[in-house]
Amino acid sequence: MGQFLQTFFEESFEGLQEMEAGLLALDSGDPDTETLHTIFRAAHSIKGGAGTFGLQALAGFTHHMETLLDRLREGRQAVTPEAVNLLLESVDCLRGMLEAAQDGGEADPEQAVALEKRLAALVAEGNDPSPVPDAPEPEGPQALPESHAVDSPAPGGWQIGFRPEPHLFMTGNDPLRLVEELSELGDVTAECHIGQLPAFGDLDPEQCHLSWTLTLQGGADEDAVREVFEWVEDDCELTISPLAPEGAEDEPPAAEGSPDAPEESTAAAAPDVDDEGDEAADAAVVSEAPAPSSAGHGDNGNQPPAPGAGGGNGQPRKPAAASSIRVNTDKIDALIDMVGELVITQSMLNQLGEDFSEDKLEQLRDGLGQLERNTRELQENVMRIRMVPISFAYARLPRIVHDLSDKLGKQVELKLEGEQTELDKTVMEKLIDPLVHLVRNSLDHGIEPPAQRRELGKPETGTLEIEAYHKGGYIVIEINDDGAGISRDKLLAKARAAGLLQAGEELPDEQVLDLIFHPGLSTAEKATDVSGRGVGMDVVKRNIRQLGGNINLRSQPGEGTQLTIHLPLTLSILDGQLFRVGDQVYIVPLVSIIESLQIQREKLSRVAGKAELYHWREGHLPVLRLRELFNEPDAGGELANGLMVVVEDDDRRVGLHVDELLGQQQVVIKSLEANYQRVTGFAGATILGDGTVALILDIAGLVDLAQAQRKPADAAAMRVATEEAHGEQTQ
Amino acid sequence: MAKILAVDDSASMRQMVSYTLKQAGHQVVDAADGRDALAKAKTGRFDAVITDVNMPNMDGITLVKELRALPNFKFTPILLLTTESAPEKKQQGKAAGATGWLVKPFDPEKLLATVKKVVR
Repeated sequence: MGQFLQTFFEESFEGLQEMEAGLLALDSGDPDTETLHTIFRAAHSIKGGAGTFGLQALAGFTHHMETLLDRLREGRQAVTPEAVNLLLESVDCLRGMLEAAQDGGEADPEQAVALEKRLAALVAEGNDPSPVPDAPEPEGPQALPESHAVDSPAPGGWQIGFRPEPHLFMTGNDPLRLVEELSELGDVTAECHIGQLPAFGDLDPEQCHLSWTLTLQGGADEDAVREVFEWVEDDCELTISPLAPEGAEDEPPAAEGSPDAPEESTAAAAPDVDDEGDEAADAAVVSEAPAPSSAGHGDNGNQPPAPGAGGGNGQPRKPAAASSIRVNTDKIDALIDMVGELVITQSMLNQLGEDFSEDKLEQLRDGLGQLERNTRELQENVMRIRMVPISFAYARLPRIVHDLSDKLGKQVELKLEGEQTELDKTVMEKLIDPLVHLVRNSLDHGIEPPAQRRELGKPETGTLEIEAYHKGGYIVIEINDDGAGISRDKLLAKARAAGLLQAGEELPDEQVLDLIFHPGLSTAEKATDVSGRGVGMDVVKRNIRQLGGNINLRSQPGEGTQLTIHLPLTLSILDGQLFRVGDQVYIVPLVSIIESLQIQREKLSRVAGKAELYHWREGHLPVLRLRELFNEPDAGGELANGLMVVVEDDDRRVGLHVDELLGQQQVVIKSLEANYQRVTGFAGATILGDGTVALILDIAGLVDLAQAQRKPADAAAMRVATEEAHGEQTQ
Repeated sequence: MAKILAVDDSASMRQMVSYTLKQAGHQVVDAADGRDALAKAKTGRFDAVITDVNMPNMDGITLVKELRALPNFKFTPILLLTTESAPEKKQQGKAAGATGWLVKPFDPEKLLATVKKVVR
């Protein structure tokens, strides 16, 4: 069963999201029945799966939720805010239980038990009109469908009168099948009664006109016998009576005990049934099997087990979180199309090459052009597979806004736009935390309490609008609120108090707001447990930068705040600036470059005889000589008149001294870690058009290195690593 | 052996049912809800149908009614996957023309034993 668990967890988390979204939608006004059904169905599916896959605690807990939901959807109980909030809490608890189960453990049962009690209490409350309280439902999900009556097995066996209604065949039931099943309990003899059979001319083969007296020998108990006929109880007259004890008179002819008897008699009596069956079987062989429907989910299941992680004390280790992605079949079809075209182009070129002469040069050019187009399209489409709509990142926000605005006593309307805007799955996953943080911030510090808004002449309900769209190779996410905005004066005062600014020092306007991203600065009057004490905005910025994006903030005091996040669509391709140091080509991400310039001697200075600084835009930049760092033979060693690329990471800048600037191009990032080992200062490598390997600089690492230039150990370590990496590439 | 249409909106249940039946040598076509199942049912004949009850788009009970109206499915065994917490579904299902039911949660053996009742 294990191989289906991963799918079960995935769909359960989706189900929880659906439930949450549904519950939040119910919040406002009269309950929509369809939404209630959807919520119920999600709970129901989780319960069914949990029971089937052996997660009893989960199944039991969900059962309580389902009971309440069932009453709500049937209209037997009112949808109150209390019920909605309790269900939302239960969703959280369930999520915790699922996460624990996924990790192979169990969640703390206390919370679940407490919630189960509250759910049951609410159900009981809803039952108020009837003075008799519902007996607490004893049936867990494991409860047997029927209680076992205490009846002693009849030692002699049973005589069963079975007279089906004429429509029996139309329920898909077959008397022969029943007799066969009965024969598994003991020896059966069947006596067929054909008295009701109409004249041949009136015979309707779709109707059942036969009845049987069946005699079952052996010690089967009555329940077992009844179970055989469970499905047809309402479609027949059934009498079950104990056989007279052995040796008594009136022994049925069954004593002959011919095991073939039942089959003969039924088969002969109901030929139409068999015909139908055979025909169906034949048709099944001939008819074309429709394509399985699971293409869209095909990649969900059957994850190969992760290779043993080693160690461990006999406890089965949880495999590294299996990650999968649902891909729309359209995307896969498009890929297949494209591969088809690629194959055509390839065979065309092949043909051309077999018999090539100069006059076919034009054709060759066309062919190569087509190949380039195909390749580019294929690349774009393969990238699209990893793209998921941003709605996944949006999913948590309505709940957060609901809970937070309740807690803070604010009224907030959340507007989400561009939900279908796609971005790379990894980027999306890493976007969630910053996004949540920004939303919390906006609610906590931005949007004012209703009373204050009224005084200011604003609508009492604040608006938080999040919009995502594509622009160039980027996805842009705008987060706008109509709250209080950010007070420049307060921000400046804070910065001064925190020692970030000297007393008389002024900052240009656009840099004032950037202070908010400075570690350890918060403008909230009082720190709350909602967005904390200024930890955050700096982390948000760092996270976004790590994804190769950036974040900008604009704010008008009293009117609101606009945050704009730019993120690359994917992490596997980057726009790079190529440059040369010694014989090697390196790449620096274009987004990190502020400026490239020719070094002017008079702006250079040395500190403590070692670190070189360059006077640049009212400040000083540390200069990194890449030649030295990469252990290239020193060609002159003179910085003056050389080229310098000014790069930035998280507001920290450094100048890179390079030999020559080459072109700019999109490069596909290959992991060094996966193919070689982690090397400080390099983010990865790529393969250039001519087949050589170029290393991609990790600006953050380089900046760290520049700052620690006094620590020779680091630089030496990197030098060795660089040599090795180069050694690899020439092999 | 038999050709079976397995219907469930839950991917994990669908996988489990399909896998179990295929292991036992059956041919399985699966469907994600009643509407999907009905469309697939119209493409051919099946020896049996196993369907969940609670599904979006078209629930299991409606599916049974719709299937019974198709000439190819007049006598086809149709099994409902129900939960013990909804016993009334069994009766509704029977009234719609279902052959029998299988109570969730069930394990692969139980599934195969039940299927064995209706297909040979």
